[in-house]
Amino acid sequence: MPLIPTASQTVGPFFNFALTADAALGAVAGPEAPGERIRLALRLLDGAGEPLRGDAMVEIWQAGADGQFAGAEETAGAGFRGFGRRETDTDGVCVFETVKPAAEPGSRGGAQAPHINLHVFARGLLRHLCTRVYFSGEPANSGDEALALVPAERRATLLAQPSPDEPGLWRLDIRLQGEGETVFFDV
Amino acid sequence: MKIYPPPPPGTQPENACDAYRSTLLRAPRLAPVPLPHTPTELAGPRFDRLSISGESNLTNRGSAEPQGQRIVVAGKVIDEDGRPVRGALVEIWQANAAGRYLHSRDHHPAPLDPNFAGAGRALTDDDGVYRFLTIRPGAYPWRNHPNAWRPAHIHFSLFGAAWASRLVTQMYFPGDPLIPLDPILQSIPDEEAKRRLMSSFELDLTEPVWALGYRFNIVLRGREATPFEEPPCR
Ligand SMILES: [Fe+3]
Repeated sequence: MPLIPTASQTVGPFFNFALTADAALGAVAGPEAPGERIRLALRLLDGAGEPLRGDAMVEIWQAGADGQFAGAEETAGAGFRGFGRRETDTDGVCVFETVKPAAEPGSRGGAQAPHINLHVFARGLLRHLCTRVYFSGEPANSGDEALALVPAERRATLLAQPSPDEPGLWRLDIRLQGEGETVFFDV
Repeated sequence: MKIYPPPPPGTQPENACDAYRSTLLRAPRLAPVPLPHTPTELAGPRFDRLSISGESNLTNRGSAEPQGQRIVVAGKVIDEDGRPVRGALVEIWQANAAGRYLHSRDHHPAPLDPNFAGAGRALTDDDGVYRFLTIRPGAYPWRNHPNAWRPAHIHFSLFGAAWASRLVTQMYFPGDPLIPLDPILQSIPDEEAKRRLMSSFELDLTEPVWALGYRFNIVLRGREATPFEEPPCR
C-alpha cells in the first residue's frame, strides 16, 4: 500500500520575502549557456480580467538547448539551471530570462515540441496549477503529444507569441478563470 | 502513462472552495487535462547541485533573542514508498509570535520583531531529515469572513525528486481551537489528510532548557522509477 502524499495548502499572500526575494532565481540560463536566448513574459489574470498583483508566483522548469534537463547527470551546458522562480509585479507580470528549449522525447516513444513547464502559485489557489508554454509558429507543435490531448479550440491558450518590436521576447497571458481560460494539466 | 498514481480522492483540496473567498475569481472552472508523465515531469531541479543559500535557524538574525516560545520543527521527508527523499529543498515562512509577517503588505497592527527572520531554508540529509529552530507563530486575523482568524501555522515549500513531486503546504499545531473554523485547512475533504497537516509535540525533539520540539513528517509524490518501456498503466 503506497503512502498518501501530504495535502497541499495555499502559498498565501505573504510568501515573497521567503521564496522570491532572490532575483537571481529568475535567471534560468546564465550568459554562457548555449542556445537561442529568449525572454518569457507571463501575465497572470483572474476571472474578472484583473492582474494578480504581487501575490502570485510562477516557477518554470525546462530542458536546455540540447534537450537535456539540468537535474539529470548530464547538465545542459554551462550556466544552465532549467529552473526559475519569480513573483508577479504590480501589473501581474513576471519575466524569465532563459534559452529556448530543444524538443525532447515524450512518453512511450512519443514526441514533444519545445515547451516550458509552469507551476502557478497564488493566494486563492489551494493547489498549484500546472501548465505548459509552447512557441507559436513552431513546426513541431503539430506532433506534440501533450498538445494533442488539448481540445483544438483551446490550444492557443498555451502558445506564447513573439513580440513584434522586441526580438527574443515572447509573451503569454495566463487566465486562471473565465473567457479564454488557460488549459491546466492534471499531472 | 502516469508513473506516479494520482492522489486518492479527497486527500487534496480542490481549488473551487467558496468558503475561502480568494478562490472565487482564481479557481479554474474547467477540468484539468490529464497529462501522461514525460521526462519533463519526472526530472526536477536539484538544489543540492544548484547554489542556493539558506539558514535553518530563524532565531539568530538579530542582536538579541526573538520574542516568543522557541521551538524546534523537524521531520522526515519520504516518498510514497516510504523511502527518504535526500537533498530535498525545504523552505519555511511564518508570522512572528505576535502574528505579524515580515512582509510589506502585512498591515496587521501587531509588532514586528527585529530579531526574528520569519523565513528559513534547509536541505534534507541522507535519512530525509530536516530541522529548523524557530519561534511558535501567533494566530492572525484575515478578511475572509467576519472575525476570521488563521490558526497558528508554518508555511512549507518542498521540492522532491521530480517536478511532479512539488508541494506547498502549511503545518498546524495540535489542540489549536481555531482549526475547526479555518476554511483553508477545512478545504481538504478527508479527515485523515487534514490530521496529517498537524504537527505533534515530541519530548524527544525538545532541547532541554532551550526549545520545545514539534515533529512534521511529509510524504512527497513519487514512487520507485518505472522504466518508460514498461506497458502503460492507464
Ligand atoms: Fe500564513
